[in-house]
Amino acid sequence: MGFWHVLWPTGLFSNAAVVTAFRIGSAVAVVNAVVGVFVVIRGQAFSGHALGDVGATGAAGAYLAGITALWGFLAAGFSSGMAIESLGHRVRERDVATGVVLAFMLGLSALFLYLISALTETSGAPIAILFGSLFTVAPGMTGYVLGLSLSALLLLGIIFRPLLFSSVTPDVARVRGVSPRLVGLLFMVSLVVAVEESALVVGALLSTALLIGPAAIATKLSRQPLTSMALAMAIGVFTTWLGIILAYDSFLWPPLNRGWPISFFITSLMLLSYLTVQIASGRQRRSNAATALTDFGNLSTEREAWW
Amino acid sequence: MRREDPEIKGRPVTQGAAPVTATATQDEAVLQISDLSVTYGARVVLDQINLSIRRGELVGIIGPNGAGKSTLLRAIAGLLRPDRGTIRFARAHGGTPRASRAQAQLGYVPQRIEMDPDVPLRACDVVGLGFDGHRFGLSWPNALKRQAVDRALALVEASEFGQSLVGRLSGGQLQRILIAQALVSEPSILLLDEPLSSLDLRSADAVVSIVDRVAHQSGVSVLLVTHDMNPLLRAMDRIIYVVNGRAVIGSVDEVVRPEVLKSLYGYDVDVVRVRGRILVVGDEEYGDEANRFHHHAP
Repeated sequence: MGFWHVLWPTGLFSNAAVVTAFRIGSAVAVVNAVVGVFVVIRGQAFSGHALGDVGATGAAGAYLAGITALWGFLAAGFSSGMAIESLGHRVRERDVATGVVLAFMLGLSALFLYLISALTETSGAPIAILFGSLFTVAPGMTGYVLGLSLSALLLLGIIFRPLLFSSVTPDVARVRGVSPRLVGLLFMVSLVVAVEESALVVGALLSTALLIGPAAIATKLSRQPLTSMALAMAIGVFTTWLGIILAYDSFLWPPLNRGWPISFFITSLMLLSYLTVQIASGRQRRSNAATALTDFGNLSTEREAWW
Repeated sequence: MRREDPEIKGRPVTQGAAPVTATATQDEAVLQISDLSVTYGARVVLDQINLSIRRGELVGIIGPNGAGKSTLLRAIAGLLRPDRGTIRFARAHGGTPRASRAQAQLGYVPQRIEMDPDVPLRACDVVGLGFDGHRFGLSWPNALKRQAVDRALALVEASEFGQSLVGRLSGGQLQRILIAQALVSEPSILLLDEPLSSLDLRSADAVVSIVDRVAHQSGVSVLLVTHDMNPLLRAMDRIIYVVNGRAVIGSVDEVVRPEVLKSLYGYDVDVVRVRGRILVVGDEEYGDEANRFHHHAP
């Protein structure tokens, strides 16, 4: 069969876990793409990364309490997100506040993960929390994930203009009656939903892969926020699907019938896409610079001829 | 308009101060400030400031660093809450200045902002935010908005780089875009916080020409904070000189005089005019304090 079975692995869409993974992965990729563009514009990548990390605390706590990981991710994300946004609303203050909250939550996470390994027989839970296990998400979670994603998108649609205004020129927005604090809090709600859902797909430690990766690539290729969001959605969904297909196919790779982590494929594909765009845009810049130099050279020659 | 007695605003000043006189009737004023005081902790930044600004005049807010210039502008803009006093505005269509800030049309240009070069926003998108950025919902293509944005870009001579990424504009170009963003909502008062700082002479001159046109041709009242009055000398109608929490308003010739400034600073001040430029120099006996005065030097 060779390598080519990866293009259309047998039984891909007849496997319930894979279908669930496609549905949840797509919803998560879309909401992360839209939120991610605002994260890039607002310079909140560190907050996004921190929310993913603190989600691990919630998920580990949820595991100890015997409830679904998603609710743990969301509970930790919301409480930390509100604390970050309340403690600091300027970028520098926000980074410091994020650092303080992150340190405390990671300490709590270490305790919970220790308790999981000390009190239970399982060794897979910490790995699943930290690095994701999309194939093990219960099909019953699909509705919740879709509902949460739609709610976050609806919220962003409502606050789109004031959010953009207060992200670019916050003082001018305030003079025009926008409350950057309120808009920032509402955006934090969307950010928490995006990051914590992403933690389900690629794990708490890698949750920013879907948040920052597609948005960073798209903003290099586009000149408008809405176009950037559409591009980021396409990149995020395509990368997630390809990651799912490769992870499914990897059950046929050594070690046989074990499967490689889906998060590895998604993050690798994201890095590959980002590097491609970086190299291409670097070439474009060099080409523009060369054209400008040639134009300058022609101009100098013309001037010399004129003189 | 440019030749009137200066008003000494703030708590009673020492001898040598010009008398407080009303320079604008209520009908002409678009902005009326009464007994405005702002404190930061124990420090009094503005102390009982009284001012009125007329329709279509360009007023420079001048003073040494830390004098309270930006604080005055931010209080007018509503970005900080004064401890005491009232600020009243005329409505956009005229009348006496009785309206609150929410009823007035204010345009605000902040101090220089930093933009990431890769932020996916064109200059015209930033201007467009001044038109409808305060409204909820997505931004759909709109002919009315496009026309308003094009007009604002043309007014500040920025049409040629309206489609450029805002993060890749030069300091002078970005300043023009921010002025266009403030003008696109057709304000009756335009407030600019240090618009000339970190601009080269050519860009600063272009910005002065724009605000000159905005005030004297479009009839928008312009209040502009600057630490160097010289680039504005050709355009300013009046200046508000802020020192030690107090303010003097009047024409440059009326205000920038040793006896008037002495009343604000509390000690002797020299005013030197060199090739059309004005330097305010403190008495040497005040040592380091005198350095604060060299803010008008080229």
